Amino acid sequence: MDLSIWAMQAFNGLSTFCVLLLMALGLAIIFGQMGVINMAHGEFLTIGAYTTFLLSQAGSVLGDWFQTWYFPVAIVVSFVLAGAVGWLVERFMVRHLYRRPLDTLLATWGLSLVMQQAFRSGFGAREVSATLPDWLMGSLKPTATIDIPINGLFMMALTAALTGLVVFGLTSTRFGVWVRATVQNRAMASAAGINTRKVDELTFAIGCGLAGVAGAAFTTIGSTGPTSGSLYIVDTFLVVVFGGAERLIGTILSAFSIAQTQAATEFFMTGSMAKVLTLSTIIVILMLRPQGLFSIKVRR
Amino acid sequence: MFGEFLLRVEHLSVEFDGFKAVDDLTFYAAKNQICAIIGPNGAGKTTLLDLITGRTSPTSGEIRFKEADIGGLRENQIVRRGIGRKFQTPSVYEALTVFENLEMAYPDARTWLSAWSFRRSEAVVKKVEEVAELIYLKDKLHERAEKLSHGQKQWLEIGALLIQEPDLLLLDEPVAGMSVQDRELTAALLLELVKERAVVVVEHDMDFVRKIADRVTVLHQGKILMEGKMDAIQSDPRVVEVYLGH
Amino acid sequence: MERATPSPWSARFRSFTARLSSEKSTRENASFVLLAVLLLLVFPLGLDVFRLNLVGKYLTYAFVALGLVLCWGYGGILSLGQGVFFGLGGYCMAMFLKLEASDPKSTAIQSTPGIPDFMDWNQLKELPAFWVPFESLPFTLLAVLVVPGLLALVVGLAMFKRRVGGVYFAIITQAIASILSILIIGRQGYTGGVNGITDLKTLLGWDIRTDEAKVILYYVNAVLLLGAVLLGLSLIRSKLGRLLVALRDKEERVLFTGYDVASLKTFVFVLAAMLSAVGGAMFTLQVGFMSPSFVGIVPSIEMVICAAVGGRSSLFGAIYGSLLVNFGKTYFSESFPELWLFVIGFLFIAVVMVFPNGLAGLDLMKMRSFIESKLRRFQKPSVGLSIPKPAPSRPGVTAAPRSNG
Repeated sequence: MDLSIWAMQAFNGLSTFCVLLLMALGLAIIFGQMGVINMAHGEFLTIGAYTTFLLSQAGSVLGDWFQTWYFPVAIVVSFVLAGAVGWLVERFMVRHLYRRPLDTLLATWGLSLVMQQAFRSGFGAREVSATLPDWLMGSLKPTATIDIPINGLFMMALTAALTGLVVFGLTSTRFGVWVRATVQNRAMASAAGINTRKVDELTFAIGCGLAGVAGAAFTTIGSTGPTSGSLYIVDTFLVVVFGGAERLIGTILSAFSIAQTQAATEFFMTGSMAKVLTLSTIIVILMLRPQGLFSIKVRR
Repeated sequence: MFGEFLLRVEHLSVEFDGFKAVDDLTFYAAKNQICAIIGPNGAGKTTLLDLITGRTSPTSGEIRFKEADIGGLRENQIVRRGIGRKFQTPSVYEALTVFENLEMAYPDARTWLSAWSFRRSEAVVKKVEEVAELIYLKDKLHERAEKLSHGQKQWLEIGALLIQEPDLLLLDEPVAGMSVQDRELTAALLLELVKERAVVVVEHDMDFVRKIADRVTVLHQGKILMEGKMDAIQSDPRVVEVYLGH
Repeated sequence: MERATPSPWSARFRSFTARLSSEKSTRENASFVLLAVLLLLVFPLGLDVFRLNLVGKYLTYAFVALGLVLCWGYGGILSLGQGVFFGLGGYCMAMFLKLEASDPKSTAIQSTPGIPDFMDWNQLKELPAFWVPFESLPFTLLAVLVVPGLLALVVGLAMFKRRVGGVYFAIITQAIASILSILIIGRQGYTGGVNGITDLKTLLGWDIRTDEAKVILYYVNAVLLLGAVLLGLSLIRSKLGRLLVALRDKEERVLFTGYDVASLKTFVFVLAAMLSAVGGAMFTLQVGFMSPSFVGIVPSIEMVICAAVGGRSSLFGAIYGSLLVNFGKTYFSESFPELWLFVIGFLFIAVVMVFPNGLAGLDLMKMRSFIESKLRRFQKPSVGLSIPKPAPSRPGVTAAPRSNG
């Protein structure tokens, strides 16, 4: 095997890594930090993807300049829109179920079905693709045999930036401190003057907003259908659980190892068998080490 | 029968993420003795009970009960060896009656098959009534547990332990939230119980401790600060320092 | 409960209903008779063969829902992978029937006669080793129970011994459902792929496609289901039933009372798996095929909604819930296909947020407290002390389906 095959293989692994990590970021906050399980997380991603698709079509009305630069706008709008829907969901549904995790799971599953059908009624069952701006097309060719698509590189850059932002937000901002304080000891945080209810609302909304951004990013590498988001939900939960839910670094490492395993096994067998193998490996490891791969010993 | 001590805890340590909750602790409990453990919050009192009952596994050290090493056993195995534990907050089955709560703790029909075919026998009824008498709940046998007062729930939980006739009772704050009268009754109950076993009590209420304890151990930052009679403890400047602070 | 002083209306009402519910087992017996009449007489006499077969199909999901009531409603263990066990039971049965349908004579046109048609299409030259034992009916019937049971045993022991439960367990079972359906679809030559195992014809030479066979199979299914209900009733009335509720509500206490919580949980999970598998096998027999669309994530969670709609801790509710949800599904998919996801989606939300006890929660107990609160409004609390205490005859824990998470 020559070098270029290895390079392409590594690039494929990195692309999968980015997809998983983008999906998992929002979930790592909602599930990892708040302990709330949101089975409709994938649908928030779909919100972002459809938003981006709609904006990419708006170029024909607003002119070429918009067609070229709609993407940054789409990221912001996706974040806001998905975040706003998330805020509503927290307010009217999830809040009433904080002490009943299994019920939260079922109710948000119901929500995901409703949202999927809403997408199908609104946009049709067929998949749609956003028109990519020119600067995202084409590929880099460092050697004659290596071919790296620019949209893939863009995804990676976006993933890196977003991950950096989330890590920074959780560790170095006042809000991040509030979130962690609320998670660790709600009564104490509340006594210290933190409006924990507000923190819950915002944390949930931000987690959903991040899913929206992930959805926007996905349009650069694939098309969007009503069930696009739900396809990834189980994988994403496994990423977060596998990483040891409490720590973001665990989520990153676990997304990386899962993606690389998947990419590597795909080299030797069909895609579906590679997936079966990867998922089964994760399950077996989780059975042996249920606290996740990268977590530390904590007090129960 | 088991040398001088029923329970020997030697050089026990446990670490959480670099924090030593219990640090090289050595502790003994003997039959017919009530040993009280006191100490400020975070001193490692509850963690010590967690370690003895297998809820947390130690980083190092040894726990011997009736001379056998119980370090690696599971919680339910430790219970069956004769260690009963009451939790800090009363933990009873609210939806069941007092009778059913006690019956549930009766050391029989513990596998799925025997539980499925379990029939209430004379022996069970007799034992349940006997224990109910002891814990002052005889006339409440058919009340649902959710209707009991806080103190009565504490007794019920102690009763659920007694029905298994443990040789060592570990009680985490047995009189928290109790009225003065109930405290008196609890003290009398413990003094009765200790005639047949060893009792370890974690408690904040100094008057209660003074009334019942044969020996008091003061924990501070996972270590033993002092051990001895209550009078000696209360006049010791180090203990005063730990409690009154900084 | 007769009193010299006239008791207030609310108290009279309460003692009346308490007496009713104290005869809880009598009421359960009545429910059982009602169910038996419905399944054995009303449906077969009132419906044509096509509809009866359809009801029979719905009732196979009731096995899964029954298992979920025991495992989730009582034990507090939510499995989102019950489709796996339903599917395994169904596939075991389907493999036997398929082998019988693929005798060398009727498959003479294949390049390798005597093996199932989909294997031939996928260029398999001989029967894979794991198919061979399914030529025997006794082995197949055993496998229907043992294969899903073993899987549940391994998963249950591995998870519960390490104290994994709640949401984590739910997600892992969901992942298992996902894995199995990908595996079945991916290995077309061995499993029939996405189409499943189809064209099943006879059971030991007896044609299962005739009207007469359909009626007989319906009865077999109904009797098995009634048997499963009796099994469940005996379980929840026993100490084991109380123990399951106890470990749902206070797992630590049960553990520290000396019970091996992991084994108890594993037991109820295995039982639920086996019940599901019986449902799966009966599905194959009645409907005539088995496919991965009954294995994956979506069918598994639809089975949870059946149990939830009926009332997660009501055995009878499980059956009515399965009938209702699946009837709704058929009706909507025929008439308003685009509405079905909305309906089931809102059902999930409503069942969790508004009716946590499902159909069973809509009964007397609920209305009783409602009427009581209304009556209390008229009666000032001065008479409150004279209310007779129905405590000794109050129902045990089984009468208190709780909406825990």
